[in-house]
Formats: sequence, C-alpha cells, structure tokens
Amino acid sequence: MDQLTTTSELPIPVNAARAVARPFLSSLENVGRFGMMLWELVRALPEWRAWVPRTVEQCQQVGFGSLLIVVLTSAFAGGVTSFQAGYQFTGSIPLYLLGAVIAESIILELGPVMTGLLLAGRIGARYAAELGTMRVTEQIDALESLGRNPASHLLLPRVLAGLVMLPALVVVSDATGMLSGFLAAKQSIHITYAEFAYGTQRFFRTFDLWYSVIKAEAFGAVVTLIPCYVGFEAQEGAEGVGRATTTAVVTSCVLILLLDLLLAKLLL
Amino acid sequence: MIELRNVHKKFGRHVVLDGVDFTVADGETVALLGPSGTGKSVLLKHIIGLMRPDVGEVVVDGESVPQLSRQALAALRGRIGYAFQTGALFDSMTVYENIRLGITDDACYRDRDFCHGRVAECLRLVNLSDDVGKLMPAELSGGMRKRVGIARAIAGRPKYLLYDEPTSGLDPVNADAMDALIERLQKELHATSVVVSHDVRGSFRVADRIALLHNGRIRAVGTAEEFMAAKDNVVREFLERDMQFAAEG
Repeated sequence: MDQLTTTSELPIPVNAARAVARPFLSSLENVGRFGMMLWELVRALPEWRAWVPRTVEQCQQVGFGSLLIVVLTSAFAGGVTSFQAGYQFTGSIPLYLLGAVIAESIILELGPVMTGLLLAGRIGARYAAELGTMRVTEQIDALESLGRNPASHLLLPRVLAGLVMLPALVVVSDATGMLSGFLAAKQSIHITYAEFAYGTQRFFRTFDLWYSVIKAEAFGAVVTLIPCYVGFEAQEGAEGVGRATTTAVVTSCVLILLLDLLLAKLLL
Repeated sequence: MIELRNVHKKFGRHVVLDGVDFTVADGETVALLGPSGTGKSVLLKHIIGLMRPDVGEVVVDGESVPQLSRQALAALRGRIGYAFQTGALFDSMTVYENIRLGITDDACYRDRDFCHGRVAECLRLVNLSDDVGKLMPAELSGGMRKRVGIARAIAGRPKYLLYDEPTSGLDPVNADAMDALIERLQKELHATSVVVSHDVRGSFRVADRIALLHNGRIRAVGTAEEFMAAKDNVVREFLERDMQFAAEG
C-alpha cells in the first residue's frame, strides 16, 4: 500500500517554508495572470467592431449613471471644505485666500480621490460582480465557445469606459466642488465673487488641472482593471462572486490611496 | 472527426481524466454516459478548446486543438456548436441577441435581414415561437433556456454539436421532448454530435453509439444493443442503477 505523507507529519521548517512560499507564489501567479490580461487587452484592440459599440454603452453607464452621485458628493465636499476653512480663517487671514484653499483642495485632492473612491464602489463592485457571475454561470465559456474574444467583448469596453469617463467626471466634480465651495463661503463668511475669484487665480497653475486629470486617468485604470481581473478570475459560485466583489472594491480603494500618495510625491 | 488520444486532466490532486481515448466519426451521434462528477463536461470542454489536456491529444478535423493559434481556434469554434447544461445565456441580452451571437460568420452577423431570418429559423427548429426572441433570459423557464441555448449553438450551422446534459433538471415529459428535439435536429442538420448525459434511455434513443466514462477512462463503447448485452460489471451496475431510478420515478 502507498504511504501517504500528510502535511502535519512534515518537519516544521518545511511547513514554515510552505506557509511563507504559498502566498508569495500566489501573488506572483496573480501578477502573471494580470499581465496576461493586459496583453490580451492590447491584442483585442484591432477587433474594434466588437469593442466600439460596447464601449459607448459602458461610457453611458459609467458616465451618466455616476453623474448625479458625483455632483452630489462634490457639492457636499466643496461646501464642507468651505465651511471649515472659513471657520479657521475668519478674523486672522485675508478672505480671498479661501478661494485658493478651496480650489486647490478640490482640484488637487478631493475631486479626483473622491470620484475615484466613489467609482471603485459603484463601478468596481458592479464590474467584478457582473464578470464573476458571467464566469460562474459559464457565460464567458459560452462566449469563447462561439469563437468570440472575451477581451474585446467584455474587458476592453469596460476598461476604456473607465479611462474616458473618470477624467470627465473628475472635471465635473472639480467644477461642482468649487461652485458649492464659493456658495457656502458666500453664505457663511460673506466673501464676494471678486475676492473668491482673485484668491483662486492668484495661486492657480494650469498644471494643477493636468495633475487632476492625470490622477483621474490613473484611478480610472485602477477602478476598471482590478475589478475586471478579479471578476474574470472568479470561481466557486455565489461565494466566489461575493469574494471577488469585496476584493475588487477593497483593492481598488487601497490602490487609489497609494497612487494618490505616489503621484503627489512624483508630480508635485 | 473528433479524436481524443490518451487525454489526462487533473485539478490539483484530483484526477478527472486518466487516459481517455474517444473517437466520434463524421455524421455520427455518440452519447457519453457516466455518473455526475466523472468528467463528462470536462471532456466536452477539451473538444472545443475551453480546457487543455495535461497530457494527450485532442484532434478535431485533423487539427490538434490545444496547439491551434488564436485565429485558428476561433475558426474551429465557428464549426462547433456547444449547448451548455444551464443554457449559459447572456442575461443582459434578449433571446434574439443571444441567438444572433451564435452566427459566427462576421459578414452574416452584420447582415440584419439575414440575422432576423436565421434567428427565426433557429427558434422554429427548437420549437419556440418568434415572440420568445423579445424576452430576456430571466423570463424563461429552465427548459426554454436549454432550447434557446441549443438555438444559439445551431445558429452558425455548425458541423459539430456538443450537448452538455441537455435533459438534466427537466421533468420526464420535457426530457422526452428534449430527446425528440435532439433526434430531429440530427436528422435536419446532419451534424456530428456528442451528447453528454446520465440519462440512459434518452441516450439510447438519440445516439448511434454509447460510451461510458468511469474513473477517468472510457470503460465501454458500443451500440445500444451491445451496451444492453454487456457483461462488464461496471456497465451492468450503471444500467441497473438507471433502471432502478426510472422505476422509483
């Protein structure tokens, strides 16, 4: 009879080495698979007949679908920034500086990061759940069995929609945040439009807008690529889809904050 | 012609296929029998290139499937219709769009008039009315989903048809209707077919030959008569168990 060695019978150093190696190898495998997915996306580019109409559809869902919530949260964020800055500034610092503080806070940080985090929840969760469900219900296998490429039909449209629409939403968020910031400041500390505009222009650099858009582009990549990968690789039924959705949202949020730090260090 | 030679496949430590040799001649219908979890669907997925064997060869039309380039594999898949166990319909699309996606020739797929005609024809072939085309998959019953899945599989006029458990989950009346449908499609389409099933009587009805998958290998192959007369213990046991289930049902 064959002798079967169980894990518990192995020497402790071997078990310890396995415990360390397993997550490392698993991470390495994920990096490799993620790289393969990126390569598949590049290879799918010539199949424009498949991805162009679907990208337009996804852009509508990502863009118009997220517009209201982005406007709403940006309006609140602009208002809160304005109230808090106004509270600290009153009586000690010239009021026009409030314009600079609000504009820079919104354009450099709040607009892109808040929109990124919102879309990680809204779009990231949706992509991971959609693709995960398609995987576990064999819809992706069915697509492949029909000779269609899942990269051009499912992945590329979603990623491109994020890359196109997130910067657009960030511009809307920036504008809304500044407008609500001004209105809140006008209401609370009675700043005039001329003072607010002077402060905004005084410290404004065109690069600030580019920086906002660059961040949006990077976050757009994160909130689409990660959920697409995680959803596409989902397994084990409803539980697997649930796990994929959670992983997609958490990983996207953490990566957005990490990229926020890195880009600030690299570009500012 | 479909040929699997010495195909091995395992997931982790679990060996699913352990040296499968399996051949389907052109124009033939072969039913692949076996209890649930023996790797029948896995074998089917090897034929269409959704899975690659760890060892062994899968040859369709003289081409080694695992070695095909991306374009060649897509072209081969255009010649194979695969009816999934649960239908695997795209739930964000209407039934019409689902079936239209089965038209694998790009020029035909872009021709709206052709698509309208072909989808209506496929719906008729699987005994569904034109109106079903407007419905979403969520609005269909289990049996209808399977039919739409078959309609999608035949939309591209495939040379090969692979059915994955076409009668599973259906009541005896609907299972019988599904067998009749498969039988009729064989006569009308003349496709080479593999029907994966655990339903012995249905398989006897639709197939020219029967194969039994047991412990990762093809245990027996033959006509329905040869199968019934088999002396092999495993075959007898499988047949008796099916008769017992039928009697209890």
